[in-house]
Amino acid sequence: MQISLGPLMYCWPKSNVYAFYEKVAESDIPLVYLGETVCTRRRQVKWSDYLALAKLLQASGKQVILSTLALIENSSELTELRKQIANGEFMIEANDMAAVAMARELKLPFVCGPSLNNYNRATLDKMATWGMQRFVMPVDLSRDWLRQVSTPATDYEVEVIGYGHLPLAHSARCFTARLKGLAKDGCDMACVQYPRGVLAQTQEHQPLLRLNGIQTQSAACCDLRQQFSTMATMGVSWFRVSPFSDDCIAVASALMAGEIGEVTTDACNGYWYGEAGMKLSVQP
Amino acid sequence: MELLCPAGNLASLKAALNAGADAVYLGLKDDTNARSFAGLNFTPQKLQEAAKLVNSSKRKFYLTINTFPQPGQEKRWYQAIDLAAESGAHGLIVADISLLDYAHQHYPELPLHLSVQASATNLAALSFYREQFNIRRAVLPRVLSIKQVKDLAKVSPVDLEVFAFGSLCIMAEGRCQLSSYVTGESPNSGGSCSPARHVRWQEQDGKRLTRLNDVLIDCSGIKEQMGYPVVCKGRYLTEDTTNPQFLLESPTSLSTLDLIPELAAAGVVSLKIEGRQRSPAYVEQVTKVWRAALDKYLAAPECFQAQADWQAALAKVSEGQTTTLGAYERSWQ
Repeated sequence: MQISLGPLMYCWPKSNVYAFYEKVAESDIPLVYLGETVCTRRRQVKWSDYLALAKLLQASGKQVILSTLALIENSSELTELRKQIANGEFMIEANDMAAVAMARELKLPFVCGPSLNNYNRATLDKMATWGMQRFVMPVDLSRDWLRQVSTPATDYEVEVIGYGHLPLAHSARCFTARLKGLAKDGCDMACVQYPRGVLAQTQEHQPLLRLNGIQTQSAACCDLRQQFSTMATMGVSWFRVSPFSDDCIAVASALMAGEIGEVTTDACNGYWYGEAGMKLSVQP
Repeated sequence: MELLCPAGNLASLKAALNAGADAVYLGLKDDTNARSFAGLNFTPQKLQEAAKLVNSSKRKFYLTINTFPQPGQEKRWYQAIDLAAESGAHGLIVADISLLDYAHQHYPELPLHLSVQASATNLAALSFYREQFNIRRAVLPRVLSIKQVKDLAKVSPVDLEVFAFGSLCIMAEGRCQLSSYVTGESPNSGGSCSPARHVRWQEQDGKRLTRLNDVLIDCSGIKEQMGYPVVCKGRYLTEDTTNPQFLLESPTSLSTLDLIPELAAAGVVSLKIEGRQRSPAYVEQVTKVWRAALDKYLAAPECFQAQADWQAALAKVSEGQTTTLGAYERSWQ
């Protein structure tokens, strides 16, 4: 099993994004996803910038996948999506059925991202007939589910989000703009002020969610590093680290060097054990 | 435009038909539908009774099989589709690709409606489902603005159904894990959003605490009107604020009475009333108002205006006794 780096889901200033991916380029992470998956209003890093970054990363020997938007609501977004899929060079991660539809139409292979509802083998096999090369397990599924769905072994690769804040939902509403008292259409890219989203805590100060524009994430960092060898024996090909800071590059590098690290008490791993996602279980 | 009403049980189904629903939607009494609350839904025998009632009143019924089959148990979902076909359902509401495939292969004449849980919000997705499985209709998620609905309706290869009234789901349906993150159960995997057994209310120091699987979702006044507790309608704190706020949405219901002319002009074929988990009295009340509104619109489309007494009647059965146009209105977004 190898390590992948998921798409950066936050809106960072362009210089920070470039600095981050320059460090990624220097690392030995073999597979990198990049692209805007959350909101088309974020224009710090444009499609042409992502293509340039993809080429930089590819030149440093990495497999690069371009991740596409999770919620596609109008024709201009579809036009942009078609352009992205038909880039002529890089495979895409489909995060909406529109991307699956277009990739199939253009006879291009694709990765199924975590926001597509791939819950059973028959659905996955159907996706494979349409060109799916790899599927990223939806975040709410468990080890036992994965074991059942990937037995007998699949022709396509399996990837699991093993470390990072989990994308839990997407809405039309921009929660960051709302928090700042701004309309979505005049949001001033308020997200850029929150490099790890806005932490929402219960009235008992229990961290619960992270508001990241139209996306809602888990407040806790999902940490399945202790399950690394189990996943490997189950046939998982890729352990995805979902980035939220430069530290994630170190986490990925350490994992590749066989250093698992300690799970902190504020992490979560419940989904893997078939429990509420926010739980932290100490099961083997 | 069809008025499509919820039927959580036979009593609600009768209430909907009596109050003027053109069609009803219902689910089986198991986890093949995303509203599997205890005490609700239809056994195969009750489904037969329902079919008889609907047919004798010359209306339609659609069976909802909108969860995603769990591995190793796919057969139960296939059997549900077989049952729907045998029952003479006028349509099958489905989200999962393997189930669309099965139904399309085995019952090509049974109209397939793409469930809102499939979360298809654009032309490319709708065209693809049509091409692959010959879906006839799609239920749009509650995330599109009215302009986006109109634009999509102009080019959609399938009929469109929209949510007209009921609980306001603010996330793209079928792709929301907030309930499962807190409780371990989600609409997708066969339960429902915020299953009742995880909900607990406590009174403490003159306040009411609402907990979902022990997580404090809200703290409210004892007399405050509250909605059903879901994660997205809770009050929380941020790093910068000391006052708890409805950071995502407050308890409120969706009501689109004012949009009837625009939805009709756009060519939307069906208006869906949400609430299979609500009482027959709710179904009757809401159906009556919507029947009256639609009849009034059809009689004189150009001078339609939502009446104050309709709005008042709907507000009474709404969460927090307030309604919103939700995402249909761009300013909400």
